[in-house]
Formats: sequence, C-alpha cells, structure tokens
Amino acid sequence: MNIAATGINFIRQAEVAGRLRGLLPADAVLHAEEETRSYECDGLSAYRQLPMVVALPSSEEEVRQVLATCHELKVPVVARGAGTGLSGGALPMGDGVLLSLAKMRRILALDPVARTARVQPGVTNLAISDAAAPCGLFYAPDPSSQIACSIGGNVAENSGGVHCLKYGLTLHNVLRVRAVTVEGEVVEFGSEALDAPGLDTLALMIGSEGMLAVATEITVKLLPRPETARVILASFDDVEKAGNAVADVIAAGVVPSGLEMMDRPAARAVEEFVHAGYDLEAAALLLCEADGTPEEVEEGIAGMTEVLRRAGATAIRVSSSEAERQKFWAGRKAAFPAMGRISPDYYCMDGTIPRKKLGEILKFIAKMEKKYGLRCPNVFHAGDGNLHPLILFDANDPDQLERTERFAGEVLEKCVEVGGTITGEHGVGVEKINQMCVQFALAEIERFQGVKRAFDPGGLLNPGKNIPTLHRCAEFGRMRVRGGQLPHPELPRF
Amino acid sequence: MIERFAEVVRAASGRGAALRLRGGGTKDFYGQALEGEVLDTRGYSGIVAYEPSELVITARCGTGLAEIEVAMRERGQMLAFEPPHFAQLGSGATLGGMIAAGLSGPRRQAAGALRDFVLGVKIMDGRGEVLVFGGQVMKNVAGYDVSRLMAGSLGTLAIILEVSLKALPLPAAEATLTLELPEDRAIEQLNRWGGKPLPISASAWTGGELGVRLSGAAAAVAAAEKKIGGEVVDAAQGERFWAGIREQTDPFFRNDAPLWRISVPSATPPLKLPGEPLIEWGGALRWLRSRADARTVRDAAQRARGHATLFRGGDKSVGVFQPLGAALMRIHKELKREFDPQGIFNRGRMYPEL
Repeated sequence: MNIAATGINFIRQAEVAGRLRGLLPADAVLHAEEETRSYECDGLSAYRQLPMVVALPSSEEEVRQVLATCHELKVPVVARGAGTGLSGGALPMGDGVLLSLAKMRRILALDPVARTARVQPGVTNLAISDAAAPCGLFYAPDPSSQIACSIGGNVAENSGGVHCLKYGLTLHNVLRVRAVTVEGEVVEFGSEALDAPGLDTLALMIGSEGMLAVATEITVKLLPRPETARVILASFDDVEKAGNAVADVIAAGVVPSGLEMMDRPAARAVEEFVHAGYDLEAAALLLCEADGTPEEVEEGIAGMTEVLRRAGATAIRVSSSEAERQKFWAGRKAAFPAMGRISPDYYCMDGTIPRKKLGEILKFIAKMEKKYGLRCPNVFHAGDGNLHPLILFDANDPDQLERTERFAGEVLEKCVEVGGTITGEHGVGVEKINQMCVQFALAEIERFQGVKRAFDPGGLLNPGKNIPTLHRCAEFGRMRVRGGQLPHPELPRF
Repeated sequence: MIERFAEVVRAASGRGAALRLRGGGTKDFYGQALEGEVLDTRGYSGIVAYEPSELVITARCGTGLAEIEVAMRERGQMLAFEPPHFAQLGSGATLGGMIAAGLSGPRRQAAGALRDFVLGVKIMDGRGEVLVFGGQVMKNVAGYDVSRLMAGSLGTLAIILEVSLKALPLPAAEATLTLELPEDRAIEQLNRWGGKPLPISASAWTGGELGVRLSGAAAAVAAAEKKIGGEVVDAAQGERFWAGIREQTDPFFRNDAPLWRISVPSATPPLKLPGEPLIEWGGALRWLRSRADARTVRDAAQRARGHATLFRGGDKSVGVFQPLGAALMRIHKELKREFDPQGIFNRGRMYPEL
C-alpha cells in the first residue's frame, strides 16, 4: 500500500480523483500536494490534515454528481466555504474529498420588495449586504469575519455577530436552504414564505456543521437598514460592576443593537493596534449601541446612559458622528488581529453563560491564567453572555499548546457548570468534541447520532466532527451522568 | 409526574399503542388525526425559573399560557411571537401545547416566530427517556438544534416536558391605525413599508380595510403615525382588534366555510381564490374562508412558492398539511423513528405516514 507521510493512500486517491475528473472540469479536481496544501486547515490552524482530493464544483448539478459518486465509492466528504471557521469544522480527511463551494458565489436573485436574496453558498456574508445596500436593505448577522466568510459556512455554523442581540443569528435570518443529500438528492428545507409544512428541518440544517446535507442555495431575509446608530463607550473600574451594568441595561427594558465588553488587557492590546481612543485605566469597557430612527436612538441612548451611570460607570462617551461610532467599534472588531500582534498565537474560546454568571467566570479565568501560566485577555458579546477569552501562547512550544488546550477545556466545562454552553457561535468542529461529552448525556448524544443517520445513513458527511462517538466519550472519561450523580445536581441541566 | 409519564410511555411502547399528548385541548381542531389514549400533560406544571434580566423564562409543559403571560407582563416582558390561545370555555392553552402547535400571532411579522424564541427543551422520547437539548442562553450551537425541531412538531416526536423561551421587553408605546385600501394596494403598501425602518408590529387587511399596529419607543411610534397616515384607533379598541385577529374571534373568522392558512412570500399579489381573504404579516400570511377544493388552493399557494394548510373545518381527507417531497418525507420518517421508535406519539397528527 502506498501511504506517504501525509497519510494518503495513493491508489485510492487516483481512483477517486479519476472518477471526479469524469464529472468536473480538469482544474476543478485537485490532488497534488502543492495544490491541496492550502485546504489543509480552516481558521483553527492548530489542526491540519491534507485532503485526499479537493473538488471544486461550480453548480448544484456538479455538487450532486460529486456527492452521488462519493456515496457510491463510500468516500467521506467535508464541505468547505471560505475556511474561516474557528472550530475545525472544515478540517479535511486524509481519506476523504474536500468539497469546496468557493466557486459557487453568485447572487441569484435579490427581491427588494419582498426583502429576500437567493444566493449560492460561496457568496460572502458582506457581499449580500453590499448588494442589498442600494435598496436600503442589509443582511443582519455580521460575524467579525464577514468580509471573507461565506453564507454557506454561516449556515453550517449558525454564525452570529456583534448585532445578533437585536437581529438574531443566522437561524433567525435564513428562510430556506436548498441542499443535496449525500445520496445526491436535492431537498429544500424551509421555504420562500415565512414557514414551511412538516417538521422544522431547517432548524436542524442550520448549525449542523455540514454533517446533514450540502447547501447549494440559500434564501436570506433582508432588513431595512436603520436610519442611524450611536454607541456609548462606558468605563468601569471593576469587571464585575461592568457585568452587572450589562444585566441592568437588559432589565431596564432596552434591547441594544450591540452590547460588547472588553477587559483592560484586551483594551490595551487593541488600542496599540487601532488607536480607538479607549480608556486604558478602566478595568472594563462596555460598548452599548442603539440603532433605528433618530427618535428611537435618542430615547435609547438617553435611557442606557442613565442606567450605566447608575451602575457605576466612571466615564461615559457617546459617539457624536458616524466616524466616531466606527472608531469606537474598530477596536472591538480588531480584537483578534490585535492579539496576533502581541502573541505568536492565540486560542479563542466561545462559551456562553447566563449573564449573571459573568463575574464568576471572569474570576475563574483569572485563576486559570495563574494555574497554567498563560495570559488571557477577554472580549465578550456581553449582551448575550457569549465569551471570547483569548489565550495567548506560542504554538512552537508543545508544552504551551498543551497547557492552552487544558486551560480552554477547563473554562468550557465551567461554562457548562454555571448553566451555559461550550459554544455560542463558533461550532463544535473537532475542537470542542470532548466537551460535548460533558455537556450532553449519552442518550442525548445517541439522539444526535440518530438525527445524523436520518439525513446521512452511511455517515459520510463530515464524520468525526460536532457529535462525539460514545466510545470517544468513554475514553475522555468525563461522561455526563444525570439523576443525582451529577457534580452539581442542584443545577438545571443546561 | 415524570415517572408516571415514563410508565405510560413504556407501557404504550410495549403494546405499540398510540398515545395522544394533550394539554388544554384548545388546538384539538388543528392537524390531521386524533388517535390514541389521551395523556394529559397538565399535571406537570409551573414556572421553573424566570429572570427578567436574563430575558429567559423556563416552565413546565402543563403551565397555563395565561399564567406565563401574566407573570411576564408583571415584569414588563412578553412572549414576542404573540401566541394564540384559542382558549375554550373552562380550558386554557398550555405551554407544551403552544410549543407543539408552533403557532405565532400578529407580532410574528416583526418579532419572529415561536421557533425563533425557543432556547432549550426537556423532552421525554418514545423510550421514556428524559433528554435535554439547547439551554437557557441566547446562543448555543452545541449539537443539532433539537429544541427548535420540537416547535411545531405537533407532539409527534416526544413529550415536551419543559421549555426555555426568550423573553422580550413590552414595547414602551403602541398605536393602531386603519386605512381604506383595496387588496392589491394594501399588499404593495405593506411591502413598501416593510422595506423602511418603521416600527410596524402587526398588520391585518380584510374587506377593504387595513389595520396597522406600531410598537416601540414613544417618539418612534409618533413619528411613524405621521408617515403612515390613516385614522388612529382608540387604544382599548385597538387591543381588542388584535386580540380578535390572534384568537380568531374577529367577525372574519365567524363563518362556516373551511378556513385555509396560506403562507406565501409577502409580495405575492392577491391570490384571487374563491372566498374571503384576511391578510396578515405584511402580506406573508393569507387566511382564506373558502369552499374551493383543496387542489385549487394548494396549486395557487405552490405557484406563489408557498404552502396551504387546512386550518379549521373542511374535509381533512384532502390532507391538512401540504404534502412533502419524497426525500423530505423520508427524513421525517427517520426522525420520527429516532425519537419515537414504536410510533406511539400523536400518530397521524401531522401526516398519515408519521
């Protein structure tokens, strides 16, 4: 058997590539290492694997044929959008086909009257909003990577963004997904109307990490662009006070369009990078935005300013122009690249917790920084309790990488313990698969596997991601056991 | 109570006997067949947790929907999808039934559907096992979204034991306007407004009159009133009007002809079907009182890229819900088999095959 260091079986590779070349143009099937190398990882670059073959279909019919052929040959298929995912959801397989949807990047229809767009999966998130802008419309979910990430990837991960507190996640903004099953059948989930007959299979598809079917066409909702927006930048001398201020804003009956938090280390790192004018003495900064009509924004800003003041803000600035608003946001949006400047590598976590547990989690993270000897600045989508602690490390030092992974694992398990989840918007992928065993009981994991079988009986779509095998959980040794045997039986099991 | 449910489920499973999951029975009229022995879910009730600052309420299936709404209103919050109760004399809607039916009311056009507000569920599957999916946090992508799969499942997959829902603040101000407009102009106008940042939270057109509800900050509502025009309705009368649309007590719904619920893209021109229409959700929901045959109604819905449900009355043998394609039906059957291997829960309530 010809298996090189890459783990790829060359006989099998020649067979699969040969069959796919009969279906797709020659330049749309790659197998040479120098061509497949750029597909070896997604945004989680700590995990790499060369794919056996890369297929780049440019139509639904080509996707259908590739899938039907892979199904016949029993070759696993990993679908990939722009490869910006942060959990290794698009990590290729050495015995599998990497199905890149990057060539399918046409906006098929944009209906300004019904406020919908029908797009191919490779269209970038931002391209949809750009195309809708002349009609005064936009596509609401705005992950930080929106300039590059594809809508197909957004569907696979149920992506959020800084404005999802008010506008919802991908799930709330997609009406219909047309997809091909692994057997090569075309199925429509959802519809161009607001609902569809039968079970809500669209909800299953969104966030399924490419494990149920491959999306070929997506209908998204477009919203009228708010007339105006203003953002408050509030300083706090204590992180917990800032956390409580977030709860106060929500309790006051306002839903801000964005409510973000940064601790001092994060603020300092980004300030050096983008010079947003942040208060570097503050222990925590809150960004709190109101959008809508000028009347709504005035009312919202006045109300939130009052709440923040009462919650103990030490300084409050309100953007007075669009340029200033962008400047305030620039720092938050540059948080990840800014970490890249102060550390060779960083590891981004994505746990989500009930907002009231913010103080507790922050203290826990500070404790972990000491325990593992690694720094961890924090940025959060505070409004919805979604944390992005960023562990700084050097991947060239295997010990640091190992400590980082243990650090991250402990934090995610703490998120579950306080009633939250291991992932709010980045997905499980390969990265958090062990922690799935902590969040879910065996029977639940079995039902997840059953859901997969309902769509993909042979288990060929993106196997090994998202849902652990029971064997894996047993090996990990931290299975969720319910019924009085929990580490924290008083907690509701969420 | 959960133990008792589990015993009933295991016994039914053993015999392969159908169980009819039922709360207040307010939506007995909805769906295909009512088969099997009734399992009354009302014994498992109560609000488990409600923290307004977290925007989450968790309650057991048998909790009265009215009780939940009162508790939320006291804290200045609401279920923003404005679910219909369809309460009958002496029997109120329950939370579990609301989730299973998956129906949303007038505010759906602005706030989103019931499924959009489901954060987590505790269910009992057909094996009698208690399972938890989702959670009580706003964002959660761990595993497949099984909690939302329960919304609108008509009890065909599992007993919905407990649900966590996202809460939203009550709007600071509301106003209802009425305008005289023919059907085609009303649809055009609703879609035009839909493309503008106006705080429209509900709309209902019938018989040449369009009602529009505005919700939001007081200043925004006042400004929108000027932009939209028409006549401002007295607040109490406005509230009664929207309750009548939501609960189907409005005179439009008091009619013997079968009631169709037709879901279409909002800009679809008038369907021109025989009978009387009422249009909601900015044009996306078309109610039709009509004796037209099912084929005619379904073809029109499908041409518009939508679907039609025989909501009330009529001959259910034509199929209450629009039939599914073969591949999608196969997935439905597999999902049913996974959660309810013996096929005991609400057999045939959605489709005869399930």
